[in-house]
Amino acid sequence: MSPIALSLTLIFVLIPLFLSRTLNLGLEKDTVIATVRSIIQLFAVGYILKFVFDSDSYIYILLMIALMIFAAVHNASKKGKAIPGIIWKITVTIIAVEVLTQGILLGFGIVPATAQYIIPISGMVVGNSMVLSILFLNRFTSEMDAHRNRTELILSLGGTPKQAVHSQLTDAIKASTIPTIESQKTMGLVQLPGMMSGQIIAGADPVQAVQFQLLILFLLLTTAVVSSILLGFLSYPSLFNERMQMIRQTNE
Amino acid sequence: MTTYQPAIHFKDVRYSIDGKPILGPITGSFPAGRITTLVGPSGAGKTTVLKLCNGLLSPDSGEILVQGHPVESMEPTALRRKVGMALQDAPMVSGSVYDNLALPLRLQKKELSEADAVSWLEDVGLSSEYLHKKATELSGGQRQKVSIARTLVNRSDILLMDEITSALDRGSRREIESLVTRINEKYGTSIIWITHNLEQAISIGDYTWVLIAGELVETGESRILEDPTDERVRRFVKGELK
Repeated sequence: MSPIALSLTLIFVLIPLFLSRTLNLGLEKDTVIATVRSIIQLFAVGYILKFVFDSDSYIYILLMIALMIFAAVHNASKKGKAIPGIIWKITVTIIAVEVLTQGILLGFGIVPATAQYIIPISGMVVGNSMVLSILFLNRFTSEMDAHRNRTELILSLGGTPKQAVHSQLTDAIKASTIPTIESQKTMGLVQLPGMMSGQIIAGADPVQAVQFQLLILFLLLTTAVVSSILLGFLSYPSLFNERMQMIRQTNE
Repeated sequence: MTTYQPAIHFKDVRYSIDGKPILGPITGSFPAGRITTLVGPSGAGKTTVLKLCNGLLSPDSGEILVQGHPVESMEPTALRRKVGMALQDAPMVSGSVYDNLALPLRLQKKELSEADAVSWLEDVGLSSEYLHKKATELSGGQRQKVSIARTLVNRSDILLMDEITSALDRGSRREIESLVTRINEKYGTSIIWITHNLEQAISIGDYTWVLIAGELVETGESRILEDPTDERVRRFVKGELK
């Protein structure tokens, strides 16, 4: 893309700014911040990726992935403050999902072990694992709050914490993974996935673009389900103490 | 005053939340094989006492003995089966009345036969036709009966009841009262019953604990409520403390 063409894309920023001004929507400041941040962040990532690709060093690849995971954990852990030790639980979840998926991809030689493949795919896996963690935590904490009575009932009848949270846990796991599964059903009909569109625009053969997109879709299914389940099983025990009592009790 | 063998004994028990004292120090006994009512104004710590009895809460200090054994020495699930609890609003798990009755055994990976389920239902005065009804379709009084039956399935020696009749009409209340008295007589179960209703406390309780602001102000046979000696209890009985 020529520099002039790139500059002209700013028209798509000017349109919302103009509309916001005219209709007094008050979106100008956030729009400008978002634009400036996206320009700086994406160019920075672009140059860093170029450097990492050129250097062809696994240390830089690992550093890139570590940075992604750090940012993802930081973001997701804001949602689970009610759960003690949530930061390390999300960290373990995201690392485990990343290791599992890359292990399969590289172990079976599905993709070449180069920065060009490892980094973007890791970005998608870590990003999705983060979103899933947030969805799961939102749902799980609200299920636990809404069904406190049920949890207490099971404990009072001599059930274990695992039995007491079982239905809240499975509901939260299902609810957080359903959007991933549902969106795959309409994939290609309603929207062309971003990665595939990008490849096609960049001149790749559409059928090959589809093949890679399928790889990503299937990968994200595993990411979604494993992230939710792992985080669920890591999270619920810290809601109880060793006497099988709910932490954060309410009283009459 | 008659002396009773204690089913549960509290010794200098204190409980607080985030450093704010809720209860105690409390020393007292719930007699075995009897119905003890737990009365007192809202926020007195009555529910906290029940939850301490079956280990849903642990005291900050002091000792709680269940049939002579310190609660910390008992495995929590075993303690809670021995000391059953019917919760205030009788929460039901989704499914049928049978699913609810079978729950205590399913938690132990056992099954409840339909014949046993029917006999528990009949025990609480509900006919077998309720067995496959959805739990959500029950009236308040029926829910409480199913909740009590569900607690009975664990064959607890001690039953804790948290204001199980407070939301019921007079007719259903009477039914539950006679049901609890019958359970007490038939199985010799020790019963600890929180109630706001002093008339109920006097008529069905053998024994009573009066809690006010986390303090055990008076204990004794239920008739102490008719003519209290303690000034705070007198004010509570007159309805001056809510």
